[in-house]
Amino acid sequence: MLMTRLQQGRRTIAFPKGKLPVLPPRYRGQPIIAGSGESWDLGQMTFSPDENVTYSPDFRMAVSKREDLRRSLEVCELAQGLTKEMKQLFGRSLKLRQVSAGGCNACELDLNVLNTVVFDLSRFGIQFVASPRHADGIVVTGPVPRNMKDALIKTYEATPEPKIVIAVGTCAISGGIFAKGPEHSCGVDAILPVDLYIPGCPPHPLTILDGLLRLIKKIKI
Amino acid sequence: MHLFNGSNIFLKDIPVYSEPEFRGLVIAACQNGGRLLNFFGQALAADLIRLLAIVGYDDEGKIVPYATTLSGSPASYECLTKDWFAAHLFEREIAEQWAVVPREHPWLKPLRYHENYRGVPDVWPQVMAKTIPGMYPFYKVEGEEVHEVGVGPVHAGIIEPGHFRFQCHGEQVLHLEIQLGYQHRGVESLMTSGDLRRCALLSESIAGDTVVGHSTAFCEVVESLSGCLIPARAQAIRAVGLELERVANHVGDLAALSADVGFLPPAAFFGRMRGDYLNLLLTLMGNRFGKGLCRPGGVLFDIPNDMAAELIRELKVCQKEFEDVSELLFTRPSVLARFEELGVISSESAFKYGLVGPAGRASQLARDIRTDYASGIWQFYHIPVSLAATGDVYGRALVRRQEVLRSLDFLIRILSALPEGMIFVQPGPMKKDAMALSLVEGWRGELMHIAITDWKGDWARYKIKDPSFHNWTALAMSMRGEEISDFPLCNKSFNLSYAGHDL
Repeated sequence: MLMTRLQQGRRTIAFPKGKLPVLPPRYRGQPIIAGSGESWDLGQMTFSPDENVTYSPDFRMAVSKREDLRRSLEVCELAQGLTKEMKQLFGRSLKLRQVSAGGCNACELDLNVLNTVVFDLSRFGIQFVASPRHADGIVVTGPVPRNMKDALIKTYEATPEPKIVIAVGTCAISGGIFAKGPEHSCGVDAILPVDLYIPGCPPHPLTILDGLLRLIKKIKI
Repeated sequence: MHLFNGSNIFLKDIPVYSEPEFRGLVIAACQNGGRLLNFFGQALAADLIRLLAIVGYDDEGKIVPYATTLSGSPASYECLTKDWFAAHLFEREIAEQWAVVPREHPWLKPLRYHENYRGVPDVWPQVMAKTIPGMYPFYKVEGEEVHEVGVGPVHAGIIEPGHFRFQCHGEQVLHLEIQLGYQHRGVESLMTSGDLRRCALLSESIAGDTVVGHSTAFCEVVESLSGCLIPARAQAIRAVGLELERVANHVGDLAALSADVGFLPPAAFFGRMRGDYLNLLLTLMGNRFGKGLCRPGGVLFDIPNDMAAELIRELKVCQKEFEDVSELLFTRPSVLARFEELGVISSESAFKYGLVGPAGRASQLARDIRTDYASGIWQFYHIPVSLAATGDVYGRALVRRQEVLRSLDFLIRILSALPEGMIFVQPGPMKKDAMALSLVEGWRGELMHIAITDWKGDWARYKIKDPSFHNWTALAMSMRGEEISDFPLCNKSFNLSYAGHDL
């Protein structure tokens, strides 16, 4: 066992310290805006290669307000941190409860990945907990179809105040490709106030981590 | 009249039988070497429903369709479940989607909790008025000291929602009923309303962990209907995606199994290694889950020679690491003590429930689409089928270990000999009034897409089956007689899809 442990080595990435990690050239991140007339709604995009978009390898995309996801040359605002009072409460210990509301399991899996040794989320004081009653906020994935609405609202209500809501993935932000479907899936902010939007289908774990760290002001630029 | 994987048939060529004849023929076919690959309904008119049963013969790779029509509201027919148990979920699905009653069904209750697709009164009107799944009596065991434990829909981990209702005596589970439907997004009906580009995106979101599997099946039905022969290179790249997906998920499952028995080193190592395979997919096509790889007509990303060489180099490193860490997990007596004889599904039961994929192979069911219904690149490459005889958590873990090694072998083999040529050809218009089907061995097992076109060549019906649809029953049955605290481990050993079931 010790030999295997030695061979495995240290795998945790330095992020957010040091240089930005470089993702492979085919990775589809922040779209490149060509001119001042062009704009893309990151909250509705599936980041598909056959969309008529040029993508950059920049994974930083999380924002605080829904309108900031409508990217153009003029609008390019990344997530703001918590207010001073909220940061005092949650800045060094943020417990989150995850709710999958119609998510396809891709966003869920890439949230889980943050707990692996590579990202080691707990070194920032952020932890996913088993009960909403132990949580400071909820992380929602999926387009919130009809059959999950009640469960989502109940989980939110069971979380003690003050609390935050984080929407992860295109479905959670706008309903994505399920919007206008038969199950009335239109995303989280139609029923709950959202503090952090993390776009992607699914977002790369670094996109999620970057968003969470901006929220607790461990990344400021 | 029979079909093969990836072939199509004009609707007028599908034999239509009277209801008793249909029932007799389907059951006779299943009892004589066939099995029910799919069973679903389609509305032909406001008051006319067609039922289609698709029977597959694993030994011959041959697929036979049977049809019957029903009218009336509520329409009804004598259920198949009485004589062929594996039909039970299909029949609940038909009842819910088309308001057709399978008479004498032993456990007729809603599956996903939505209104039927033809706008007539539902089979369960009082239940459908509410939208909360689970508002329906569960199977109940009565007696002194018998108690119920309800878990979900929101679970403790970062996983999808579903409700588990245990009937327990002390710590012992007498019965478990699993109620899903919370994830229902209406994928099948969305598929018939969208254009092909949107359908491709939908097929990638049926189950986010089986993106390449489902999108390959979707592409194959479109290609079949449009008579599009895709280049061998595209088929090979799809297979690379499919096997990377299998390896990543199997390794992730082994990580979860290690974590659930409290053996943390392999949990950490496997957990990180799963990410390595996802990152290979990211390098290959820009998304860790393979979203955007397959489109009708081929694939959108080529593998240049230098990338193939790089992938092979990394896969060889992964192979070595996987062997070392599996050795660590599978040789520890304390791990084996927890894995062995837990959640046993005998070979007979597995056959009865209609198990597919690694869960079935762990109970000696040698079912593998890549071998039995080989299409595409699988006609030229063969991966040996991995079997175990024990049918317990150990068996399911062992099959995964074998499959990872065999898929890695295959990946290295095919990446060093990728067929030359193009990766995409534009598909033409689709055949009218026809049905096409595609079977793919996803990492959880056999998944199936069936598309039916109307007189204009547009979708009239799109049917999706995830392997989980076959396997959820087995998870519930495997818990009988076990301790309730063993549920997480048993559950991980199946690791089924909620979204794939709920659609």
